[in-house]
Amino acid sequence: MTNFAAIANNGLWKNNPGIVQLLGLCPLLAVTNSTVNAIGLGLATMVVLLASNITVSMIRTKVTKEIRIPVFVMVIAAFVTCIELLMNAYTYELYLNLGIFIPLIVTNCIIIGRAEAFAAKNTVKAAAFDGLMMGLGFGLVLLILGMVREVLGAGTLFASMDLLLGDWAKQLEIVVYQSDHKLLLAVLPPGAFLVMGFLIAAKNAIDKALESRSKPAVILEPINHNEQT
Amino acid sequence: MISSSPYMRVQRKTSELMLIVCCALVPGIIAQIWQFGYGVIIQLALAIVCAYFCEALIQILRRRNPFIYLKDNSALLTAMLLAVSIPPYSPWWLTIIGVSFSIIIVKQLYGGLGHNLFNPAMAGYVLLLISFPVLMTSWSPAAELLPNQLSITQAFDIIIYGFTQDGFSLRQVLSIDGFTLATPLDAFKTGLDQSLTSSEIIQQAMFDSWGPKGWNIVNLAFLLGGLGLILSKAIRWHIPVSFLLSLSTLTLLSQIIAPDQSVSLSIQLLSGATMLGAFFILTDPVSAATSNKGRLVYGALIGLLVFVIRTWGGYPDGVAFAVLLANICVPMIDYYIRDRVYGYQK
Repeated sequence: MTNFAAIANNGLWKNNPGIVQLLGLCPLLAVTNSTVNAIGLGLATMVVLLASNITVSMIRTKVTKEIRIPVFVMVIAAFVTCIELLMNAYTYELYLNLGIFIPLIVTNCIIIGRAEAFAAKNTVKAAAFDGLMMGLGFGLVLLILGMVREVLGAGTLFASMDLLLGDWAKQLEIVVYQSDHKLLLAVLPPGAFLVMGFLIAAKNAIDKALESRSKPAVILEPINHNEQT
Repeated sequence: MISSSPYMRVQRKTSELMLIVCCALVPGIIAQIWQFGYGVIIQLALAIVCAYFCEALIQILRRRNPFIYLKDNSALLTAMLLAVSIPPYSPWWLTIIGVSFSIIIVKQLYGGLGHNLFNPAMAGYVLLLISFPVLMTSWSPAAELLPNQLSITQAFDIIIYGFTQDGFSLRQVLSIDGFTLATPLDAFKTGLDQSLTSSEIIQQAMFDSWGPKGWNIVNLAFLLGGLGLILSKAIRWHIPVSFLLSLSTLTLLSQIIAPDQSVSLSIQLLSGATMLGAFFILTDPVSAATSNKGRLVYGALIGLLVFVIRTWGGYPDGVAFAVLLANICVPMIDYYIRDRVYGYQK
């Protein structure tokens, strides 16, 4: 029996690929300069992860140990190609924005890591759920980074969401502040590292606070001297 | 601990040393107020208040007694260095962002005084320069070029509200005679881009026969303060001397090779942050190399980087970038260049 709650906790919090395992940092830091880019890459990674986990789990009894890595990579590459072509067809501008980072999903360690560590050893149902949760955990980190950096560096939130969602999404844009001089650093690579550092610190701080709260309170029981004497 | 015994120590506390360095900055600051107006005083006040506030905030968050740590004067020094590096009429929030970043992120998040990898003032400066390039590269022209200097209330209005009470912006107030707000190094670069020769560029009004007007006086004042530091043994001579030597050598070499495209020695040494950097910024004991030979290498490396950035880089002055890049190299310099251990043959 598989413990779905544990898988969800692993993917979203305890073993979050973005801020705990620190996998896939290159796309994570490179494309999160706006919310729409972050969501775009997050969704693409999630879909690839889900599909590759399901496929790897289905073929896990047929593939021998010696050739498993090349097979996994081919499976992942096939799905990435599908996603790339789909994005090219339906969200062309976003596809141009993300550029090389879509084909590079193939090399994202999260995907091959989950295929090897989880999908190759578990049932299809559990593997699918794991892929979904890991993808969601990664996507959420991307989303938070993208939002923070967009607000700091461009003064807007959810700008040009129409690239992903169609024309109606143009209304989603919120102007947080308006100025001739914006904190340009936030949308440049150093800003990604700084915001990421703060995210990891926040996660560790929350963990520490939770740990100290859940620790059983030590109750000092008065020693009953009468009993001994 | 990199250096070997015997540990000869100057019997000075950190706070005293910091205070000496702050005092040595005073001639430069006075020259800067004289040449670039009262904005400097307001920036200094803003930066110092903000630095003390941030320092106290972090110490309270770390559950330490803030008053003990405020007394080491390191926040004061960082604030003063940053305040004299940014353009005197920058808006108030620019100073606040720069100082908060220097103190909170660059210094305290790495563990506080003595643990920071990078020079806090220069990291704050680089943050501002990258984020707000337009504001950070518009300096007011030197006093000599202006018909009348801004009064202190006008300076205050410009910094806090962005406009004087008559409703003029900084550009309108200062560029009456068509002077741009570019620094001399910036003007030099623009001139070269317009394919002027260096002798044509220094015909412009902002250059004197000995360096850029205003900037040369400020730099000489910082040089004076720096010599005071060396004489009072607050810093050693190695870093400033090797930095200035390597920068001068490269400048002279470039003048031999391409006399029409290169900056003259007086402009190179007396403009931008050359002297401030040489004596006050490079010599930061925390982020500089720790052995004497290492210090020579460190200074020469920064001289090379400043020359490269000023000559070929996109930004007019390169001291801040050069210092940060050399800070990264410090662990390696300290690893390979050590003093001979006392009592041992090599």
